Amino acid sequence: MKWIQKLGLVLFLIGLGSFILIPFLGNYSLDKELVLANTKEIHQEKMAEILEPMYGETYSSNFAFLSAFGDYFNTYNDQLKADANWDQVIWDDYSFSLALAGLDSPVKDNPWMFFALSIGLAVLGGIFYNLPKYQGEPEGIKNNGIFHSSIKNRGILGMITGSFLILFYIVLYWFPAYLVTLVAMVSPISEMLSGNPASQWFLYGLIYTLAIIVMGVRMFRKYRGNKYQQLRTASVMFFQTAFAFLIPEILVLMNQPYFDFKNIWPLDYDFFYDYQISTFLSSGGVGMFMLIWGILLIIVGVPVFTYFFGKRWYCSWVCGCGGLAETVGDPFRQLSDKSLKAWKYERYIIHGVLVLAVIMTLVTIANYFSGFSFLGNATNQLHSFYGFAIGSAFAGVVGTGFYPFMGNRVWCRFGCPLAAYLGLVQRFKSRFRITTNGGQCISCGNCSTYCEMGIDVRAYAQKGQNIVRSSCVGCGVCSAVCPRGVLKLENGSEENRITDFPILIGNDSVKLNA
Amino acid sequence: MSGTRHVVIIGNGISGVTCARNLRKLDENVRITLISGESKYFFSRTALMYIYMGHMKFEHTQPYENWFWEKNRLELKESWVKEIDYSSKQICFQSGEKMDYDDLVIAVGSKPNKFGWKGQDLKGVQGLYSKQDLELMEENTKSGVSRAVIVGGGLIGIEMAEMLAYKKIPVTFLVRESGFWDNVLPKEESELVGRHILEHHIDLRLESELDEIIGDESGRVKSVRTKSGKKISCQFVGLTAGVSPNIDFLKGSELHINRGVKVNLNFETNIPNVYAIGDCAEFDQSPAADRRPIEQVWYTGRMHGETLAQTLAGRPTSYKPGHWFNSAKFLDIEYQTYGTVPANWDSSQIDSFYWEHTAGKIAFRMLQDKSGTLVGINNFGFRLRHEFFDRALTEKWSGAKVIANLEKANFDPEFFAPYYIEIQKEFKSQFGGDFKVSKPSFIQKLFGASV
Repeated sequence: MKWIQKLGLVLFLIGLGSFILIPFLGNYSLDKELVLANTKEIHQEKMAEILEPMYGETYSSNFAFLSAFGDYFNTYNDQLKADANWDQVIWDDYSFSLALAGLDSPVKDNPWMFFALSIGLAVLGGIFYNLPKYQGEPEGIKNNGIFHSSIKNRGILGMITGSFLILFYIVLYWFPAYLVTLVAMVSPISEMLSGNPASQWFLYGLIYTLAIIVMGVRMFRKYRGNKYQQLRTASVMFFQTAFAFLIPEILVLMNQPYFDFKNIWPLDYDFFYDYQISTFLSSGGVGMFMLIWGILLIIVGVPVFTYFFGKRWYCSWVCGCGGLAETVGDPFRQLSDKSLKAWKYERYIIHGVLVLAVIMTLVTIANYFSGFSFLGNATNQLHSFYGFAIGSAFAGVVGTGFYPFMGNRVWCRFGCPLAAYLGLVQRFKSRFRITTNGGQCISCGNCSTYCEMGIDVRAYAQKGQNIVRSSCVGCGVCSAVCPRGVLKLENGSEENRITDFPILIGNDSVKLNA
Repeated sequence: MSGTRHVVIIGNGISGVTCARNLRKLDENVRITLISGESKYFFSRTALMYIYMGHMKFEHTQPYENWFWEKNRLELKESWVKEIDYSSKQICFQSGEKMDYDDLVIAVGSKPNKFGWKGQDLKGVQGLYSKQDLELMEENTKSGVSRAVIVGGGLIGIEMAEMLAYKKIPVTFLVRESGFWDNVLPKEESELVGRHILEHHIDLRLESELDEIIGDESGRVKSVRTKSGKKISCQFVGLTAGVSPNIDFLKGSELHINRGVKVNLNFETNIPNVYAIGDCAEFDQSPAADRRPIEQVWYTGRMHGETLAQTLAGRPTSYKPGHWFNSAKFLDIEYQTYGTVPANWDSSQIDSFYWEHTAGKIAFRMLQDKSGTLVGINNFGFRLRHEFFDRALTEKWSGAKVIANLEKANFDPEFFAPYYIEIQKEFKSQFGGDFKVSKPSFIQKLFGASV
């Protein structure tokens, strides 16, 4: 390792360490005005009363503050629930907004300094570490030592990384009040972009984008000499930075709805929720354009692009989840399960999620157009179930937290309903396939090992059979790591695309279907 | 089970396993047993280097999941064979067990050549062919190796050099000939690979022949001496001067053996119901003009297995190989060949066209006869389509037609530089020909995929 890489690693670890410590810096205190300013009108009076014992107290940590808050708040709510006074129960969670408002922290006073010390150092360190990689070595993909690596082969470092990611997602989704210091830290950036203070989602989007950029640099180094990988990586970096991160913030700055133009239902599962539709309809021409654009992507964009290029046009060139998987997740791609059994589970689970998403959306739309006479507010229950189980637990906690355990495409392979939809088009009506080069396969297994979707590529290649699989995201790594030039991603005529009974060329003794 | 014909295959490499698989497809009832002492489950021998370098684990080199064998009723016997009693059709294992057969297939592969060098059996001196060889190499290079010497410049030699480089062990690569693998590669290609070896800081020494391997008092290698008297101190020696049939245990019986097990083109030995395929078989005549009597390549092993399975299923079939093809990877440079491109040719019979990229790592050679008909091609550093050349060879295309259509032969990933355009231009300037040079596509122009 070069000295600059060692320095990079040290800087990254300092940055990461600061990031973990920052939530513990600061005191919390509440007064009546703060409570009134940060609660809904209907709850203002009650909340001010519930939290009265906290006024004047200074809590020295988020744990102390949130535990006191929880005690008072739950005592109130539990009593009402016990008395079955359901209409008076406060269902809103004010812990995040009140913790953020009551925070008094050096981080809040010097946000840029702490930003530089945490996220800034981590990014800088990551770039220092990645940029000099393979310098002075001839071009070519080196998977050297991957299975001797603790972090990449489910060793102790892999376990720690995975556990940290899982913990981070759990806190982010269900206990964001513990992260208010970090949110306050990135608030100036949010205000620059959208004019609004940051939420935990802004913090997440910022880290997510920076992670894709830093690890995208790693991809450029690792796959140098492979133009397909370079362009694909540049594409996901661009779409994440511009479409997922900057444009929605700028839209908000211009008083337009927050909208990610590349997010497509049913991955974007709340696209047809009543509040979304209302937003679109109440935002004039721009809102109407967003609604029509989103629908066109679903009914025209997905089938047409997938017909011509395969689902890769989205999954490994545009998508944000794919972008993270292809950059941050790339070191873990070899951990996907290649067994036939895993493929069976995969088909049940991913199509199950697709059916669930479609049913949920249909019910929502039917309910919306019937003026909520159809199911009343029952769709909300469905939404919160889907949001909890699929949107947060599956896509986030499992999807990313399991990178070091099950590879970088757990969500995309087993859960994403849009991937299921794209996959159906790819399987049954597309020009995309991976062709195998005659009889040149030596069954070495590099392709299967490095397939992030767990496709047993070799099983096809050694038979001379085209690979037509709904799950293939067209990352092109099987082709890149093949030592004998056997695999090629191609768009071509639908004729002879699916070769059920391939013939391996080179042996004139018999013409047989291997 | 009595009354069911029992086909026993000794060896579960690519030949034996392909034979077993294809036989099962052709015959539902026959009982099939695969014997191997090396590994219970079939693995890809060509991938052993990747295990050493941490690209894969051993399980990744297994092309079939473990349930595959039972599902297809392919019985696996993990044991070493001691001897075979052909008259009573019985195999004796080293463990003392015995097994009866009706048909026997010998598919025992190769072993590394040792040419009687002094010190060739010292500790730290080894070849690389089997799973056990790999385990030994891991043990031998675990620690305390400050230099390794590799003897013999072929495909396994360069693999071993790459493996040792992964462990940051400096390598001296002794090649007897004047160019790397120059009994197979023409001069320019051999030099291209030679340059790339040096680029990887591997100390390639051409025209250097091993004289003696010298051990220390504990019986471990401490240095080698070359024929020119140079002494190189080292703690590991890789012997990679080719392989030969692994048939020592078959010697001294009525089975006819020369360098390998003698077979006709139906893979039949001199003993009824006994066959041999793969690396260990030696044909009594060349299967084709450009073929040798012993074929030691993954692809030929597979084809032997495919062909013999037909015979064993009651459809007697002779081995009739199609057009030759092969491939390899020299560190970072991929190599493919289709048709016949020998190291040397008679220029009164054959015209050669050669193009090399200015950076010296990408090259294309095409041989055609004096009538202009394609004989064969080599390509380095980019990929070409097997199907295209198989057809061009079968249909006896002219070299000019091949070059004119070279864009269709391209097998490089999308957005890669269109080398075929440069090759077409060069061919035109050397040989003429009235075809149009391909134009770069819009996408190629847009993303600057220039040569």
